[in-house]
Amino acid sequence: MNIQLLINQIEEEFEEVIPGTIKPDTSFREMDGWSSMHALILIALIDNEYDILLTGEQLKNAQTVQDLFEIIQSK
Amino acid sequence: MSSKIEHISYYLPPKSLGNEELAGLFENKSSEEILDLFGVKKRSIRNPGQIGSDLAFEATQILFKENTTFDKNTIDFLIFCTEGLDYKAPTSASVLHHRLGLNENCGCIDMPMGCSGFIYGLSLANSMIYAGNATKVLFLVADIPSSVIHSSDFEMRCIFGDAGVAILVEKSEPNHIGKFIFGNDGSGAQNLIVERGSTRSPIDKEWLEKYKNEPENLSQGRMKMNGLEIARFSLQRVPRLVENTLQKNNISFEDIDLFVFHQASKFILNSLKRKCKIPSDKFYTYYEEVGNTVSCSIPIALKHAELEGKLTKGMKVMLLGYGVGYSWGGTIITW
Repeated sequence: MNIQLLINQIEEEFEEVIPGTIKPDTSFREMDGWSSMHALILIALIDNEYDILLTGEQLKNAQTVQDLFEIIQSK
Repeated sequence: MSSKIEHISYYLPPKSLGNEELAGLFENKSSEEILDLFGVKKRSIRNPGQIGSDLAFEATQILFKENTTFDKNTIDFLIFCTEGLDYKAPTSASVLHHRLGLNENCGCIDMPMGCSGFIYGLSLANSMIYAGNATKVLFLVADIPSSVIHSSDFEMRCIFGDAGVAILVEKSEPNHIGKFIFGNDGSGAQNLIVERGSTRSPIDKEWLEKYKNEPENLSQGRMKMNGLEIARFSLQRVPRLVENTLQKNNISFEDIDLFVFHQASKFILNSLKRKCKIPSDKFYTYYEEVGNTVSCSIPIALKHAELEGKLTKGMKVMLLGYGVGYSWGGTIITW
């Protein structure tokens, strides 16, 4: 897998994000309109696409899309 | 001997909380945002003092009205599922039995369950009939989550609604209710819980003072929900429950005509539909008009699916309940 695929998937899930604006170093919690619901969307997305069910702790410690990518790759 | 769901009637309290009104109670929230995030347009809220057994009573009155030829004296067992019981003793089912004027030769029990309560109660009714110990079971379900939600808990106020349902389960040939799968994981208890207000930790003066501006001082306790953990539990557990329920009933995924899950939330239902690869036309949801009505959500959805013509005689329907406990259960019925 590559990180661009993950970025595309996140952009597709987060309807309010303009495609092409998320970068590997984007802090996802600082994106416009971020809410606790987006944390759930990320968990469901990664579970669905990569069969990895992130723990609350893993998500809490991840800051950027790159961090999420590394968790997925380490599995 | 075998059984079937003969009739479902439900009652919603008259006060309806719409998104405009709800958004107006919070800063920086709009009715559009509520609809978009939660998919709920309105939820019913009990009148002050109205409790679960009152809603169940009203639902039963509707059931009697809708079945004019039905003789209530033939009911030989009453099951009442709620998390808002009248008293520590006696059972609320016993109180309801008297209010409803049922025959003396009728057993009564309470079942404080929640999200999976409909599945557990249906299995109990089915087992009573199957064993030859009852022929007509009045299975009542009611929940009043609004009584334990703090006025500032935005998410829960958006999601939950109050309701009562009356279900008549009776002996039938052929059988309409399949085999059940049950499961439990009490390690998740703290992730969805009503704090205080019961035996382990009753409310005290400090509590009443702390919540003096809340309706009834939140004297029945306060619901706490860890949305992230509940979502993780659902994503992890429910797909397996689908598989296990199919296996137990020796039926294939493709042979299920309709999937009716506990109506937890728009997010959880959409995620489960996607993960379990259930076609949209087979995945019935009914939460827009009522929200998550806890143990009432599956029977209310069944009623509406039938009214809309999406649930017809002979269809194989997978019913799954999951949530508070954690507790889960599933079965397959033939409508």
